[in-house]
Amino acid sequence: MPSHDVMPDIELYQPVQVEDALDLASRLAERGWLLGGGQDTYGWLKDRNKSPEAMIDLNGIEALRGIRETADGIEIGALTTLTEVATNPLIKASYSLLSDAAVKVASPQIRNVGTVGGNLVQDVRCWYYRRGLSCYRAGGNLCYADTPQGMNREHAIFGASRCVAVTPSDTAPALVALEASMVIRSVSGERVVSAQDFFVGPNVDIRHTTVLQPGEILTAVRIPNTWANATFYFEKVADRNVWDFALVSIAVAMRESGGVIQDSRFVAGAVQCTPRRMEAVEAAVRGKARGEATAQAIGTLASNGAEPLNHNGFKMPLVDSLAKRALLA
Amino acid sequence: MSVNLRLTRRRFIKGVIYSSAAALSGAGVYLASAQSRPAAAVERLLSINVNGRTRRVDVLPQETLAHTLRYKLELTGTKLGCNRGECGACTVLIDDVTNYACSTLTHSVKQRAVTTIEGLQAADGQLHSVQQAFLDELGPQCGFCTPGQVLATVALLKSNPRPTREEAREALAGNLCRCGAYDHYLNGVMRASGQLS
Repeated sequence: MPSHDVMPDIELYQPVQVEDALDLASRLAERGWLLGGGQDTYGWLKDRNKSPEAMIDLNGIEALRGIRETADGIEIGALTTLTEVATNPLIKASYSLLSDAAVKVASPQIRNVGTVGGNLVQDVRCWYYRRGLSCYRAGGNLCYADTPQGMNREHAIFGASRCVAVTPSDTAPALVALEASMVIRSVSGERVVSAQDFFVGPNVDIRHTTVLQPGEILTAVRIPNTWANATFYFEKVADRNVWDFALVSIAVAMRESGGVIQDSRFVAGAVQCTPRRMEAVEAAVRGKARGEATAQAIGTLASNGAEPLNHNGFKMPLVDSLAKRALLA
Repeated sequence: MSVNLRLTRRRFIKGVIYSSAAALSGAGVYLASAQSRPAAAVERLLSINVNGRTRRVDVLPQETLAHTLRYKLELTGTKLGCNRGECGACTVLIDDVTNYACSTLTHSVKQRAVTTIEGLQAADGQLHSVQQAFLDELGPQCGFCTPGQVLATVALLKSNPRPTREEAREALAGNLCRCGAYDHYLNGVMRASGQLS
């Protein structure tokens, strides 16, 4: 694989108004590349495995930054850095599930520039795809990870459809658990999509992990107060504490009353291409008290129906254990 | 005398390269101004503030800050290890916040203050207190990661002057040391913050 020190020639636009960025995104469409913190972008460009003609740097657009309180929750500009999300008093006070997830992303320096929008729309980490091989996701007709010799320890145990890559995002499971919604703008207007519907698997679109279309920009994330100040649990298991992507992560929000769980959202990361809502677990814990008995009762519900590949069977007991740990914390 | 001659010749060649690049970028400005504002891509000739000095430099749109610092401004104290944001050797401060220079576009630091390892030493040559503390605690082994470790510590102590060892460990977590001198560096952080005598 060629490894280059510098990126190839590319045009750079630095708009300061959202409207100008939308015009550029619309005009350039698939030839353009939206630039947030750039921590996913530059690797693609240096490796020559993606070759857009122009980057649209969104960092100069002040309107896309910041965390605001709204009538029924909070709104986070898509260009807000992960460090800001992890340290914001409002988020830490009422939506700590998200700050707990944001602080687990990559390394301090990457969180200083990496944006919440970029963390959500970042591409999958499958090394065959990243290496530039012509796999299904890259437009080819083969999956290199799901072969007898394929190295697939970090790949999907659910929802594989030709491609077996998993969602690499730490904040995505937290935002699905919090029932967040994504604000998407284009020159023709705005649409709001729930976090759960924002992410799509390879059965829906094998080339993209979200519903974002060319010309569209994710401008903000809205979190309703539905789960504000609920009982939260986030855990990320990875080979290394820093830099690494999750082997499995879990984001849980629980609403308790009278000593029992009234309602809950259990969402796992890195087990399939999208954050995985575990409705069977949610149903099993409803009306039960948190603790050892309930943790034992959910058994292997979290991993039920998994179809592990050659090297990732360990993810099944891992996701079961994480669901239990959420109930024991 | 011969040394001077060689320097002069090198400077002359560099001057020719830069002036032709400037002429090219001038043409770009002319073309760009004919189009509407959002259509205008960035101008190549820009001023950046490095270590308190304004430096005028010709920068490609896709150029990283590490490249500009090392190969155009001759500030080679900023090291390039992986060039992928995975080792921390290129850590610099931008407005007092740690950034990987290998994963930062120079065009994104136009209105901001960049501090590299060269900017820490006092005018009289005296080392920054963090540099001295790292020396006292034998932090640098091979020394390649040291500029990054120093800058990560300077940034930490600006926002948190008396960190716990655990806070220091987290703040320096984005800087690899292949000699494994992590505990020496952490001792250095504690010494620089006056918590170790």
